[in-house]
Amino acid sequence: MSTTNDRFSGPGPDQIYSDFLTKGVFSLPQCKDCHEFHFFPRVVCPHCGSFNLEWKELSGKGEVYSTTTVRRKPERGGNYNVCHVTLEEGPRLMSRVEGVDPLDVKIGDPVSAVINNDEDSPFIVFVPAQGA
Amino acid sequence: MSHELRGSSAVVGVGLAGCGEAHGRAPLDILAEATHNALEDAGLKLSDVDGIFTGSSYHFMPALSTAEYLGIKPRFSDSSMVGGSSFVAHTLNAAMAIKTGQCDVALICYGSNQRTAGGKLATMSEQQIYEAPYKPRYPISSYALAAARHMHQYGTTREQMADVAVAARQWAQLNPAAFARDDLTRQDVLNSRMISDPLSLLDCCLVTDGGGAVIMVSSERAKDFPNKPVYVLGTGTAHWHRQITQMPDLTTTAAVDAGKRAFAMAGLTKDDVDVVELYDAFTINTILFLEDLGFCAKGEGGAFVENGNIAPGGSLPVNTNGGGLSCVHPGMYGIFILIEAIQQLRGGCGERQVDNPEVALVNGNGGVLSSQVTTILGTEAVL
Repeated sequence: MSTTNDRFSGPGPDQIYSDFLTKGVFSLPQCKDCHEFHFFPRVVCPHCGSFNLEWKELSGKGEVYSTTTVRRKPERGGNYNVCHVTLEEGPRLMSRVEGVDPLDVKIGDPVSAVINNDEDSPFIVFVPAQGA
Repeated sequence: MSHELRGSSAVVGVGLAGCGEAHGRAPLDILAEATHNALEDAGLKLSDVDGIFTGSSYHFMPALSTAEYLGIKPRFSDSSMVGGSSFVAHTLNAAMAIKTGQCDVALICYGSNQRTAGGKLATMSEQQIYEAPYKPRYPISSYALAAARHMHQYGTTREQMADVAVAARQWAQLNPAAFARDDLTRQDVLNSRMISDPLSLLDCCLVTDGGGAVIMVSSERAKDFPNKPVYVLGTGTAHWHRQITQMPDLTTTAAVDAGKRAFAMAGLTKDDVDVVELYDAFTINTILFLEDLGFCAKGEGGAFVENGNIAPGGSLPVNTNGGGLSCVHPGMYGIFILIEAIQQLRGGCGERQVDNPEVALVNGNGGVLSSQVTTILGTEAVL
């Protein structure tokens, strides 16, 4: 019995996700069997159990599913937003909405993904969708 | 035909120790004192214990460290870690171990010094790499996101969540052992410092020290002990996620499944339940669990807890020790809801005693609404 195959060669999904972000692309695995996307990226589809996955670029469009303002003293940087965004393609992720007062972020707000490169490794944040 | 585990084992001893502040005590010191108290309650010796069930935020191999400290050589050990719900889950594992002869005397135990050791949640939890960049406050922001969504979807209000804290405080005022017993009003909760919207300081559980221990034996043996046995009628476990983004619906917990499984094993329904002990790490928990366990419809939990309905004198006694919100909450709270349910079924809870309860429901929570474990306990009348 073979213990390795091509599917499990090369970098794992965390690395692939991060490498895409470094190149400026927001991408997630999509299942080739049930066609669902998932987040966080895995080697197996958590919806149907298939290992038959491919990476697809996302539209970056999403909607705020829930939101909280983490209270912090102004001298420590002030309040900030933590939210869940449901992507147009289905998955939900934790993020924050930037460019608005944290207390003004509302459930249902349409938002667009932006890659934040301010820290060691890039991550997704959101801004209010244009025209919303 | 009833489930083979239904009522197959019973609790014959409980003990608490160090609840509130236990200055200078290590977690295992507190655990050992609680164990001493439970053994004394049962009329047993440490050398009688041959099964150990424990969890810890301090010890990587909790059963090993605990048995070593206590000087026992167990035949069966279980450190299953499903967060604060672990100790409720241990009732199922202990019942199975006793039923299959793996052990005769099961000790479920916990101890923590998290208040006097620094006042912050002690955790060995790994960082969630897809959440860390956003700096959620762990665990409160996860519960805040659930509360915000519940408010949005069902119109639940901060006032209703505040009423959960007020009810818990009113129970605590009837419990001399509770940590927070000052008067508390809905307005006090609403006015308390906001931490992670919509949850404010008084929507959050206490940070205390404390330990608890529970002794279980087979039902055949249980009648030979000094206390009225409390039978484990059914336990159900369920988990649907670990980190909050993976929770399928922020307004519905896996207690839906855990509760169904526990009721099925017990052969009972929610109408049979006389007293309810829920893991109230935050006020929203009580609302979610009352819905998910079927005490009210989804979305109606806010209205259900309003105006004293779960407080002393209300229609359903919930969190009769004062809860994690006002009685005790040393990091993981599961063993304390178990012990309060057992004490209520035995009787003798003084001012907070519910009128002749025969069936108690306990629902433990672990992680961030992640693990749910329901146990249904009963007196001999419902065996």
